[in-house]
Amino acid sequence: MTKEKKTLNLNFGPQHPAAHGVLRLILELDGEIVEKADPHIGLLHRGTEKLIENKTYSQAIPYFDRLDYVAPMNQEHAFALAIEKIMDVEVPIRGQYIRVIFCEIGRILSHILNITTQALDVGALTPSLWGFEEREKLMGFYERVSGSRLHANYFRPGGVHKDLPRGLEKDILDFCKKFPKIIDDLETLLTDNRIFKQRNVDIGIVSKEDALNYSFSGVMLRGSGIPWDLRKSQPYDCYEQIDFKIPIGKNGDCYDRYLCRIEEMRESVKIIEQCLNNFPKGPVKSMDNKLTPPPKKEIKQSMEALIHHFKLFTEGYRVKKDEIYTAVEAPKGEFGVYLISDGTNRPYKCKIRAPGFSHLQAMDYLIKGHMLADVPAVLGSLDIVFGEIDR
Amino acid sequence: MSLTNLEKKINSELTTKINSSKIRHNQLEIQINKETLLDVIIFLKKNNSTKFRQLIDITAVDYIGSENRFKMIYLLLSHEFNQRINIIFNINENEFVNSLTKIFPSANWMEREVFDMYGIKFNDHPDLRRILTDYGFSGHPLRKDFPITGHAEVRYSEEKKKVIYEPVKLEQNYRNFDYSSPWEGTEYIKEVQKKND
Repeated sequence: MTKEKKTLNLNFGPQHPAAHGVLRLILELDGEIVEKADPHIGLLHRGTEKLIENKTYSQAIPYFDRLDYVAPMNQEHAFALAIEKIMDVEVPIRGQYIRVIFCEIGRILSHILNITTQALDVGALTPSLWGFEEREKLMGFYERVSGSRLHANYFRPGGVHKDLPRGLEKDILDFCKKFPKIIDDLETLLTDNRIFKQRNVDIGIVSKEDALNYSFSGVMLRGSGIPWDLRKSQPYDCYEQIDFKIPIGKNGDCYDRYLCRIEEMRESVKIIEQCLNNFPKGPVKSMDNKLTPPPKKEIKQSMEALIHHFKLFTEGYRVKKDEIYTAVEAPKGEFGVYLISDGTNRPYKCKIRAPGFSHLQAMDYLIKGHMLADVPAVLGSLDIVFGEIDR
Repeated sequence: MSLTNLEKKINSELTTKINSSKIRHNQLEIQINKETLLDVIIFLKKNNSTKFRQLIDITAVDYIGSENRFKMIYLLLSHEFNQRINIIFNINENEFVNSLTKIFPSANWMEREVFDMYGIKFNDHPDLRRILTDYGFSGHPLRKDFPITGHAEVRYSEEKKKVIYEPVKLEQNYRNFDYSSPWEGTEYIKEVQKKND
């Protein structure tokens, strides 16, 4: 008599603290071994791309904050770069530096969240308490520069909205001095922690070949040993002038990806310090008032400035007919925007390429043959945020 | 290899399969026919002087009212040569496109998304289900003739004790302000239904 094989279907999520958002994962289990994983996504689908098609270019920027909401400015950056390239706008050097500083702050924000919640998923509570304190400080910088902690709407085509408020430079530098110590503290809790290593080493291994085939980018690609970072290979803004290293992993498992993120945070701190130490003076946004609003002071006196202001905030600017794909190295990987403009004040199409979408797709490949308890560990190391996956 | 050399190389190797090519914003863009998609992709992935080994994204554009309604766009990246290529072709509303899932496993969800958003179907796709929209959703949201308000809305019904779907009822008209021509007035997309209908 042959024994009939029975598998158990398990519904993981959509309301599960380890699912990092609204992920519904249908797992087929044989005992405790996962045989198949079928992620159901789209529970946070808001139709961002459709909405962008119906809004002017400047109204579209806030939607980018709401994609990967733990590193909002990195997304805005991709959209701003796309428009700048089509319109051939030069961003003043100070504007570029500010953008790089805030992109790196976004990277630290995202990595802290990812590392600490991954630790939380495998049973360590303390890192998240320590890490979130630092995130609060960083979001304080966001607030001081843009007025809001998360949904900044700060990067604009042509530069950034406003210059840094007085004293912020010094405070960010202070943070950069203290933060490496915090990373060290986090590392003492995790890097050599026996339980953390047991849960992460050799779990969710990705080979180089598969990392390419599954369209991985960012840490998921570098963790498998492929030295690829858009900040180095296709530099945008002032990344060319900055000296930084790209940490890469060796084994492509969850633990290597964790180590990559830790090292990337250290590099980000270095980048911010370099930017602030060589901070150039001058304007922060393009002086072309057909694209960026004139200063408030001028509006009171100049009729032309008033007209520009009025036209920009009602009609918006027109972008000439063109198509472009631009990508930036967001904390989670290659975040790209495929923008098709038709000469009006609204995009004809704006396709958003979210890194997490490809990463989550590989869930079935990554988890097959692992135990049920490895699901949160692998999910954690994928660094998924549903805002960008569901769009 | 520079982009112009790559353009020449691809044109000489694939000859008739390429309809036209150009360099735009530092990326090569080639126009092909629908039938040759798989051949072109396999060549670009396997050839040693191109090595486009990563599929970045697949998307479509709806040009409603034109002869071929949809334009398919495939974005590929070569890490070795640090180059990007965009492959483009036009299809009609009812045409099928060959699936890339055998060449790039990551094409699976990307094609599902194109199917979900535009209703374009793929040959040999292992699992062509909707991906981003709701279970039981009808219509394809990114088509230009799909209203931005959608067709259905959900609410919790106190009588039935469950979430129910209803046709969209707007308390106020959705107004599409066209600021670029202030004399045209406002275009009303959907008439508000009278309260006592």
